[in-house]
Amino acid sequence: MSKTIIPFGPQHPVLPEPIHLSLTLEDEIVVEALPALGYVHRGLEKLCEIRDINQMIQVVERVCGICSKIHAQCFCLGLEKMMNVEPPPRAEYLRVVWSELHRIHSHLLWLGLFADSFGFEALFYQLWKIRERVMDINEATAGNRVIISVNVLGGVRRDLSAEQVRWITSQLNMVEQELKDLQSTILDDYTIRSRTVGKGILTREKAYELGAVGPTLRGSGVAQDCRQLGSSALKHLEFQPVVEQDGDSFARNKVRFLETLQSISLVRQALKGLPKGEIKTKFKGSPEGEAVSRVEQPRGELFYYFKANGTKNLERLRIRTPTFANIPPLAAMLPGIELADVPVIVLSIDPCISCTER
Amino acid sequence: MFKITPMTATVIKNLFTRKSTRPYPHVVREPFELARGELYIDINDCIFCSICERKCPSQCISVDKKKGLWTCDPFACVYCGICMGVCPTRCLHHKKTWRPVATEREMISMQGTPPKAKKKSSAGKEPEGM
Amino acid sequence: MDEKTYSENSADKPVEQPKAVLETRQIQAGSLKGEILLLKDQGYRFVTITCVDLDQESVDLIYTFDRGLEMVHLRIRQPKAESAPSVSDILFAAFLVENEIQDQFGICFDGLVLDFQNRLYLEEEVARTPFCRYNVTRNSK
Repeated sequence: MSKTIIPFGPQHPVLPEPIHLSLTLEDEIVVEALPALGYVHRGLEKLCEIRDINQMIQVVERVCGICSKIHAQCFCLGLEKMMNVEPPPRAEYLRVVWSELHRIHSHLLWLGLFADSFGFEALFYQLWKIRERVMDINEATAGNRVIISVNVLGGVRRDLSAEQVRWITSQLNMVEQELKDLQSTILDDYTIRSRTVGKGILTREKAYELGAVGPTLRGSGVAQDCRQLGSSALKHLEFQPVVEQDGDSFARNKVRFLETLQSISLVRQALKGLPKGEIKTKFKGSPEGEAVSRVEQPRGELFYYFKANGTKNLERLRIRTPTFANIPPLAAMLPGIELADVPVIVLSIDPCISCTER
Repeated sequence: MFKITPMTATVIKNLFTRKSTRPYPHVVREPFELARGELYIDINDCIFCSICERKCPSQCISVDKKKGLWTCDPFACVYCGICMGVCPTRCLHHKKTWRPVATEREMISMQGTPPKAKKKSSAGKEPEGM
Repeated sequence: MDEKTYSENSADKPVEQPKAVLETRQIQAGSLKGEILLLKDQGYRFVTITCVDLDQESVDLIYTFDRGLEMVHLRIRQPKAESAPSVSDILFAAFLVENEIQDQFGICFDGLVLDFQNRLYLEEEVARTPFCRYNVTRNSK
């Protein structure tokens, strides 16, 4: 059988962002998949040399639009660790509230896109309709819909009033109810199961060895979640990482769906335990030395490396985003599957390419 | 056997309820109280200290102290509200609504009175850099 | 300048701070693969490689590993003129980041399993290394 090479992407109806895969096919079966990047590379890491550390918060937020809050939080956590600054307890709880809200809307976006990838338009519309409530919460509390820029070094910029807390809770109750109405469809529907169960299997060993992160890792049965590190207020809140054993597209879908419900519960817990007090401590001086920090993004573990030399600019900022770590597992997932299933499986790692290339 | 899931019920209900989308721009949602929309300046309160210029993460503001000119590139502005927070005279504000869609790139340019008295006559002399 | 008094979050005023230290283990480039295999046997998995521009001659390569949310960092000092050993044959996940460093810092990796030939992010006509303060010029291989 002769081999055919088919270019997949960077422009493809199912892809939200430009990744290119060279698929080597034998008949209809993929035998090799080679990723190629470079369509949205911006070099944001280099900007740390001309923007000062306060301005860098807005820059790192733009590494990834959809999880901007969590990028900024990772950046702030790293610098706060370097300078031994402890944000006040209220700020830590508020950070959790907003980052979990981000996780909810990111997962809802993905669940919608995933439904769209196999042509389930009705589910796509429903999920995005639910997501709109979360976007409204973001806009009403933080001022912007997606890139909410609430983080500053040493705390957060906006506070929540008691009335807003009540409103968010009631909105989230509705989100939860609407999501639970969709649960039987997302987890049991025949069309979804036939397109995802047993497709794109990543075994536990492979996932661990190839450095998969986030739902891709947890869908393969490894219970690792950076939120277990207990950064911010997460150490006071109760949660268990969501784990599925099968390692196929369906498992990753299920992990993300259950994580959305888990995040709703985390926001609720954080709002309930919201301590009173300041929302920002003074952050003075310039950092010096090296540090790393990591947090859990909707897509997985985010890793930052900082090197500073005592000036207001960082010397080196390195961002390892979750999709960057998930591309080798993707290349390992694809061989052996049919061409028609490639879009669904590529989407199942939740690729965020502008994240990856920065 | 075919069974009606809660989603089917929602979909059927959707057929008989109001649309979730609205025909923008004919119908516009009420803006939220704390939303950060278009940036504007009360130019009479501005002292041209150019802190906003230096603190802006996207460097979209430029301040000319001599001419008393405050210029902002609204296409580069990221609506973060940093300038609003650092302004010593609190003369920068965000409107609650977004800038309307434009067909041409346009800078926001505001002419004010420079702080020092010796340059007072410049306000009339210098042409506005629109 | 009177503006300084207004800046609330002044990063410009230096305050005495203890230097933040990242615990890393300095090793030689030759023993890198042995150390990595040792870590792999202990159940560590690869996180990333960080390349830091030091001076005109050399860069730091920091290899980060993780086991159950606990991290280990190995550091090698790499002269810019020499090629670094590629670890992508024992850690397939490293191929992407090694290609990235090859693009951005102009460090060549020997034995890269999937070599994009400096074309992962960069276009063919680019001969500079965008992330270096001191540029490395590429000679065609």
